Amino acid sequence: MNLRRFLTVLAARNREFIRDRSALGWNILFPVLIVAGFAFAFSGKPLDQYKVGVYAEAPLQKLATVKKEHAFFRTSYIQFIPVVRLDPAIVKVERHQLDMLFDLDNGHYWINSDSPKGYMLERVLYGAMIVGAGGGDAPVVVASGGYQRQTVSGREIRYVDWVIPGILAMNMMFSSLFGVGYVIVRYRKNGVLRRLQATPLSAFEFLSAQVVSRLWLIMAISIMVYVGANLFIDFTMFGSYWNLLLVFSLGAVSLISMGLLVAARIRSEELAGGILNLVSWPMMFLSGVWFSLEGANPLMQKLSLIFPLTHIIDAARSIMIDGAGLVDVSTQLVVLTVMSAVFLLLGAVLFRWK
Amino acid sequence: MAALLQVTNLVKHFDAVVAVDGVSLALQQGTCFGLLGPNGAGKTTTIEMLEGITEPSSGEIHYRGQRVNAGAAREAFRNDAGIMFQSTALQDFITVREALEMFGRLYPRTIDSDELIEICALDEFLDRDTRKLSGGQRQRLLLAMALVNDPQVVFLDEPTTGLDPQARRNLWALVQRIKAQGKTVLLTTHYMEEAYELCDEIAIMDHGRIIAHGSPKALLAEHFDEVVLQLPRSDILGPIENLPLNLKVQDDVVEILSADINAAVRTLLAHDVSLAGLQIRPRTLDDLFLALTGAALRT
Repeated sequence: MNLRRFLTVLAARNREFIRDRSALGWNILFPVLIVAGFAFAFSGKPLDQYKVGVYAEAPLQKLATVKKEHAFFRTSYIQFIPVVRLDPAIVKVERHQLDMLFDLDNGHYWINSDSPKGYMLERVLYGAMIVGAGGGDAPVVVASGGYQRQTVSGREIRYVDWVIPGILAMNMMFSSLFGVGYVIVRYRKNGVLRRLQATPLSAFEFLSAQVVSRLWLIMAISIMVYVGANLFIDFTMFGSYWNLLLVFSLGAVSLISMGLLVAARIRSEELAGGILNLVSWPMMFLSGVWFSLEGANPLMQKLSLIFPLTHIIDAARSIMIDGAGLVDVSTQLVVLTVMSAVFLLLGAVLFRWK
Repeated sequence: MAALLQVTNLVKHFDAVVAVDGVSLALQQGTCFGLLGPNGAGKTTTIEMLEGITEPSSGEIHYRGQRVNAGAAREAFRNDAGIMFQSTALQDFITVREALEMFGRLYPRTIDSDELIEICALDEFLDRDTRKLSGGQRQRLLLAMALVNDPQVVFLDEPTTGLDPQARRNLWALVQRIKAQGKTVLLTTHYMEEAYELCDEIAIMDHGRIIAHGSPKALLAEHFDEVVLQLPRSDILGPIENLPLNLKVQDDVVEILSADINAAVRTLLAHDVSLAGLQIRPRTLDDLFLALTGAALRT
């Protein structure tokens, strides 16, 4: 390993990437789009769980009045929607678009007998009567049938908190596999590699420069996505940022090495694209990016362990959500290190300049 | 004197196809060796085996008496060799200056960059993107990249293919200059004129074998003792078969091969042929190639 040659190739690759405006633009724009998507989908107040229509001659004033008189109308997580026409509102109940409907003027309510939410709301209404009879909102022992209330408090782990490590890792996967794999196949096809072969540069020097060049890029982009999305969403992060950085860096190295292995001999960009898709799509669905594999078929769970992405996501989730330390994620770290070494070694051995 | 580069019985198979079939040759220090032949003759495969880019199926290559196959010997050879491929893509988004700097940093020893720029006349487009060069400029850059490590032996694979006549002559002047510095050059070409101009020694290849080998002048002398007399067909009035000469009609030109110009001219005059359009030329390497392979140069 000659450091000077390694640094020369590294600098050349970085320069090429930075000057390629379209690729650079896309690599910056893509995370911005992801952050924007997250901000749109997950920020703002949590959605109310139930929708209740309130009809009256003057629904807004009437609703304000009943909120004072009746505990049910003060229930949290129910969205009360004033309606001015009764008949269309009844149709909405039929279609489950409203879970319950009150006619305050005539003292009626509607629920859909097929709607679980309607059933629950009716129970809440009955309960509110008893609590209301007790003179306040606090549940009383009588109302709970003799059971004593105990409470715990804690921040909810939202889906977005759970899914963000997966999204970051998935973004990393695509950038690693396609960013490195395609570039090398293109270099091979147009003869750039052949020209380099004629110099004293070794395959290992060339390949490690590609790994490092892509690694810093991926880490920079991942940090941008994390910080940007965090501004809007405020993720749960119980662990150490340094540990998270370590997991993602090691993960990126394993994925980039995988890209090098795929591109070790291929000369056609079409074939490379096909194989990279064949590798990345199963990883995207079977590595637990979008949904937990806990309840999945045991065979599928075992299968998912062959993917580096599974281990990256597992470790990142443990750190972010459970506050795990390096010892807790040591298995994943070891697996990722071994995978990186195997991919890189195989990639270098199988590598062809032309 | 021992050869700088000695090649013994080099063979290369691609599956069932034998691209190079037992080539042996020796490059003497400070000379220019030309490998000639039509497309598909095996020139490029041969030069690539010498460069260490393609592994031979069998045979041996010795550089300065050392076998070049792997490890330190190969790295030492790479440091000493300058290589210009037939076609080379460079990384995108890179200027001429940066390409030279980048390749220079891959070698332990480099030529002074001002000298290199001067030799290859790169001055005017030094900061241009390499994708925006003309054909001649591009070949000059590729040649400069081959010289960046101050090589002892320079491999040029069809360096002037696709260039206009002026750019070709410029490149010839460059190669002469490289030779004048005592470097050894191995070049492949389609152009017999180029080989005649530049090479001290040539080998003509066909179907993976060397079919003739020697200095251009010696080869011509060995194979030809005649010269060619050319006349416009219209200057010969009578039936052409009546002339007792070795002749060949090509379109509207008649070529007469003769070792004795005086006798040929006398015969023509005796048959009332006008000599107003007469031209006499020596036999060329093109003729030699045709004579040796029985085929036109498949360029």
